[in-house]
Amino acid sequence: MGESVNRTRVAIVDYGMGNLRSVEKAFARVGHPAAITSDPADIADATHVVLPGVGSFPACMSNLENRGLAEPVLRAIEAGKPFLGLCVGMQILFSEGEEFGRHPGLGVFSGRVARFPESVGKRGLKVPHMGWNTLTFRRRPPAMRNVGDGSYVYFVHSYVVLPDDPGVIAATTEHGVEFVSAVWKDNIVATQFHPEKSQGVGLSIIEEFGKLG
Amino acid sequence: MLAKRIIPCLDVMGGRVVKGVTFVNLRDAGDPVEIARAYDEQGADELCFLDITASHEERPIILDVVARTADQVFMPLTVGGGVRTLEDIRALLKAGADKVAVNTAAVADPGFVQRASERFGSQCIVVAIDAKRVRSPRSKVEGRRVAEGSPQSSDAGWEVFTHGGRRSTGIDAVEWAGRMEGLGAGEILLTSMDRDGTREGYDLDLTKAVGRGVGIPVIASGGVGTLDHLYEGIVLGGADAVLAASIFHYGEATVGDAKRYLAGRGIPIRLA
Repeated sequence: MGESVNRTRVAIVDYGMGNLRSVEKAFARVGHPAAITSDPADIADATHVVLPGVGSFPACMSNLENRGLAEPVLRAIEAGKPFLGLCVGMQILFSEGEEFGRHPGLGVFSGRVARFPESVGKRGLKVPHMGWNTLTFRRRPPAMRNVGDGSYVYFVHSYVVLPDDPGVIAATTEHGVEFVSAVWKDNIVATQFHPEKSQGVGLSIIEEFGKLG
Repeated sequence: MLAKRIIPCLDVMGGRVVKGVTFVNLRDAGDPVEIARAYDEQGADELCFLDITASHEERPIILDVVARTADQVFMPLTVGGGVRTLEDIRALLKAGADKVAVNTAAVADPGFVQRASERFGSQCIVVAIDAKRVRSPRSKVEGRRVAEGSPQSSDAGWEVFTHGGRRSTGIDAVEWAGRMEGLGAGEILLTSMDRDGTREGYDLDLTKAVGRGVGIPVIASGGVGTLDHLYEGIVLGGADAVLAASIFHYGEATVGDAKRYLAGRGIPIRLA
């Protein structure tokens, strides 16, 4: 029970959407025990839960549900465990997605997920928004305590979250429009960018997240 | 504001980097993992591995290289070369690649790009185009329509080549890029065969023509000999990212040198 013992056990939820190896390795790099799992019991046992996500909104939602992982994820959130959503793993926390038609999400956050507006392309900017862009904080979540305003992080996405409650917005980023790049409410922090691909800045977020709770 | 990306590219053959690398402090200058780590320290925005291994039997070697690199380097990694099947893509992604570049297989079967992007997501499907200047490319793209005002309606253009630039296809490169976008490509890696290895700079007209025709990011490749060429590729060519190999490999400039130079000239750059 000494304080030097790292009691963190991170569950990285595997629901068949994308490669989670880089997420796992990022936790390993900063010294937090983490395991990729699709077992609800592991999610229940974990101290921290990470919901990654690559691909489309409906594919992620249906895979999560078909594997019986939506409920365990929601229970972990309700239990107050530090929870980290990544990319589409952030988007499906919202009530509704508009990728390939309208589809319900987990509804942890009220709001929808829509494609970058047409005006972005008309201004000569590319979609997907792919590459390194900067964060402007409105409220800095504890997991991002070491991340300065203007820090670069890595993005790959064509859809953005539109929270009904602007109070959940943690950070925004500019790409033709100002969009929400991170949200934070209670135990939940979620990022549109990929901390596991964002070199030192990203690793600091992973490290601080693992210290929460 | 989205930063312009600087992407060092490594030609890997049989698990070894084939071009000379003159970094200091490398225990093994031919080890792609060591070199990836060095580029990581220099602040590269992404890495590109081009597997130029001829034989399919040696595929497990590149998978091992990708896995070992992904374990140590926390930035996006694109792998190309010899990708022919959905299973090839799946294996590379599973090993830790973030994106997979497809070239010859896309020309042989454009539907492959669509199936790949539907299965794995557009974000990880890069279509690599090797283009060469020609007088008049005769497009073989099915259902082709000549776009109004398209520069290809005049007698100058660029033709797509496959098999490492050895085989002509008759396909117009600008039109091809648009078609690949329509089938779900998330990005275009555009190499000028005329400029590749010349150190004379990117083919800026080609870069501009392809970039104007698509709404997805374009990576300029082929011909970088000076840091100014990177600047030209971004400002004159309109590239979203610039790829270079030898200028970094031979230690003439570090990625950090390139980024400081570009930032000094007003380009949005992520300075590590």
